[in-house]
Amino acid sequence: MLHLLQQPLKAAMPTRRSFLKISAGTVGGLVLAMNLPRATASAAEGEFIQPFVHIRPDNTVVVLSKHFDMGQGTASGLCSLVADELDASWEQVTVEFAPSNPQVYANSLFGVQGTGGSTAMANSFLQYRQAGAAAKAMIVAAAAKKWSVPAREITVSGGVVSHGADKSATLGELAGLAANEAVPAEPTLKTPDQWVYIGKSFPRLDVKNKTVGAPRTYTMDFQRDDLLVAVVARSPRFGGKVKSFDAAESKKVPGVVNVLQIPNGVAVIATSTWPAIKGRSLLEIEWDDAEAETRSSDAMIAELKDMTTRPGVKVREDGDVDAALEASARVIEAEYDFPFLAHGAMEPLDIAMMFDGETAEFWFASQIPTIDHNVAATVLGIPFEKVKINTLWAGGSFGRRAQADAHPVVEITTLAKAMQAAGMAPAPVKIVWTREDDMAGGYYRPMSAHRLRVGLDEQGNVTAFKYNIAAKSIVKGTPFEAMLMKDGVDHNMTEGAHDTTYAFPLMNMDQSFQDTKVPVLWWRSVGHTHTAYVMETMIDRLAKEASKDPVAYRLEMIKDDPRKVGVLKLAAEKAGWDTPLPEGRHRGVAVHKSFGSYVAEVAEISFREDGTVKVEKVTAAVDCGTPINPDNIRAQVEGGIGYGLGAILRNQVTLVDGVVEETNFDTYEPIRMSDMPEIEVHIVPSNEAPTGIGEPGTPPIGPAVANAIAAAKGEWATSLPLAKAGLV
Amino acid sequence: MSVTLKINGETRTLDADPESPLLWALRDELGMTGTKFGCGIASCGACTVHLDGVPIRSCQTFVGDLEGAEITTIEGIDGKAAAAVQAAWNELDVPQCGYCQSGQIMAATALLAETPKPTDEDIDAAMDGNVCRCATYARIRKAIHLASDKMEA
Ligand code: FES
Ligand code: FES
Repeated sequence: MLHLLQQPLKAAMPTRRSFLKISAGTVGGLVLAMNLPRATASAAEGEFIQPFVHIRPDNTVVVLSKHFDMGQGTASGLCSLVADELDASWEQVTVEFAPSNPQVYANSLFGVQGTGGSTAMANSFLQYRQAGAAAKAMIVAAAAKKWSVPAREITVSGGVVSHGADKSATLGELAGLAANEAVPAEPTLKTPDQWVYIGKSFPRLDVKNKTVGAPRTYTMDFQRDDLLVAVVARSPRFGGKVKSFDAAESKKVPGVVNVLQIPNGVAVIATSTWPAIKGRSLLEIEWDDAEAETRSSDAMIAELKDMTTRPGVKVREDGDVDAALEASARVIEAEYDFPFLAHGAMEPLDIAMMFDGETAEFWFASQIPTIDHNVAATVLGIPFEKVKINTLWAGGSFGRRAQADAHPVVEITTLAKAMQAAGMAPAPVKIVWTREDDMAGGYYRPMSAHRLRVGLDEQGNVTAFKYNIAAKSIVKGTPFEAMLMKDGVDHNMTEGAHDTTYAFPLMNMDQSFQDTKVPVLWWRSVGHTHTAYVMETMIDRLAKEASKDPVAYRLEMIKDDPRKVGVLKLAAEKAGWDTPLPEGRHRGVAVHKSFGSYVAEVAEISFREDGTVKVEKVTAAVDCGTPINPDNIRAQVEGGIGYGLGAILRNQVTLVDGVVEETNFDTYEPIRMSDMPEIEVHIVPSNEAPTGIGEPGTPPIGPAVANAIAAAKGEWATSLPLAKAGLV
Repeated sequence: MSVTLKINGETRTLDADPESPLLWALRDELGMTGTKFGCGIASCGACTVHLDGVPIRSCQTFVGDLEGAEITTIEGIDGKAAAAVQAAWNELDVPQCGYCQSGQIMAATALLAETPKPTDEDIDAAMDGNVCRCATYARIRKAIHLASDKMEA
């Protein structure tokens, strides 16, 4: 279960925020010593309490979501699984985030409690249905006893338990009795034809609150009467440290209560947010850049490109690719480069906690509670069970809150200790990252360089495919390394390429790792953000070399991948691929599998008078196995397309002498309403196990647009974002 | 410095730094957290409120300039346009993470109050300042049209 944390956590801190030294033994021990979760505590009077579902006497069904919700709709999705098997009415269902406890709430695909990799529904589909079915069986057993009738004669529908026409009760009325029934080990699950919510579009449970500005939703909204708010001045260069600072002017700002040095910088602590921000602007800090990254991003890209000219770690090796290229009639060559990308979640990073010297309580959107929990206990030097994490809704994440090093937890716990050491009375404190802090703070989608050599025979058929990639690894040197790297290979970097199902007779792929203090992280769809672009634009080029239609060429090359064929055909058909386009319009297509799901997208573009690209329409087809909530699948694909489109059009984070240039939405210009194409999403009906949908919509949009541009201009953009080529 | 203004119809006195953005006064001094902090530089619209009925960015509106002003926030909007917008948002499940949506709803409400039958171009113009990182734009557009229909009905 704990394999993810069996690496020394020391390795989890390779960044400028790093200083922790924690042994694996301590961490493992802490996990095992943890408390039983609230969910298995003894039931209150009349209440039914199981780890994943509580039924209250007031007839509320509370589903405990072991996953946090950053907007992807998981919380509602899990509720639908329970509600379906329990035959609850949707109106009586509410959701709460589960406490941190990996023994009960682990993501079965990670081994620890955490959300990511579009795994939420895949790892919960059986578990949450079983929880609902078990609850129903216990409710029915309780009703049978109460009414002295055979259990098999009892029906449950819409939250009402009945026996014939004369006996009925609500779930809430039977909750207390049901709590005493034995929990069935293998409750009978419904067959798909019996589902009432799964597969139907049902409204999300969080929408109402999110349309009225409800309080206590996000970490940013966390309030207490005695709350202190801190903002932290961090090194402008990754890996820099404080040499000296002068806080005299900051301390004069009314509301500023203290200014303290912490390992990660200088924290200005105030009674509310504005004085903290103003106080920080008056700090004078001298930084020590001896160990900092001081290169510019241009130099880093040049280094990456150079790395791709040499052999690296073998990711895939089918044979002697150089000999096969030598023997080819022609060789196509291409070089690509991709910039750092910030996640830019709408809610900047934030975290709140209260530490009284013995116990610590946290309020934030914890994406990997097991890591956050362990790091908190270790930094504070208190037992695991003295730490409580309250998970709140996240105003986006796109991967940003899933850090291996739990750096926000490290920062706030070291701040709490600094406050204690400075003799301050214990008080709840919240650290707010301004947009500039968030965007210039690293943890980017890694920049990367790609070099391809593709051999063709006389007819334009592929004979050999050689692919070298270079980037900083997201997982190497972190606690995720043990789980995610095998034999020194980081498949996160090459996913979507080394495992392609395009039928190449011979493919080799090498990877090289860049060393830099700039912290990198998964960004919505991880390696697929670059591999899908490279593979799908290259395939388009190869189709052209073979004088074939891009859809027909792909269909030939993925014959053995029926689900990929399915989405490609569906998207092409719905987009009218074979029909003529209106004057001035151009089409491009891309198809890609990620996180178990298949997505094809056809982009239709035009050019504005100034030569810039306007994406008019995107037609998507998706196969993510059993569709749990079709409307949410459509929403995630729409959002995934918009998110990816904004990035490939004009987003990049660049460094000059190690200092980030784009620090807010004025220079890192997000996709806006007027950029957004019309989007149609078609879902392939399926009985396969459900797979992810938060990320798979993102990878195909970049290459679909690039291929549409190439259809018009004959050239594929190979250096992103497209703005660099004057196309935006 | 103390400033007296009307917020959601109630007279409030703010005892705050005149340089403090209205955003932080609302959130921290008055505990009204529906108005969100997204960028602080008037580039995202998460902090949109109405000043005398007009949508403004509260992160770049300063307490010292607000004596006598009438402010409406997401907690206080009502009227035909607001009701239609909120209903449409719920009907179409517009929000994902939801963090931008207070600002989107304030901007959409102001648009519909002024232009009850907006074209797509009107929507682009009125909503382009409101960023949604979850890119719910397609649904926002649909929901504005739906709200417009609801107002007519
Ligand atoms: S927070 Fe005011 S516009 Fe972004
Ligand atoms: S719904 Fe997440 S930013 Fe708009």
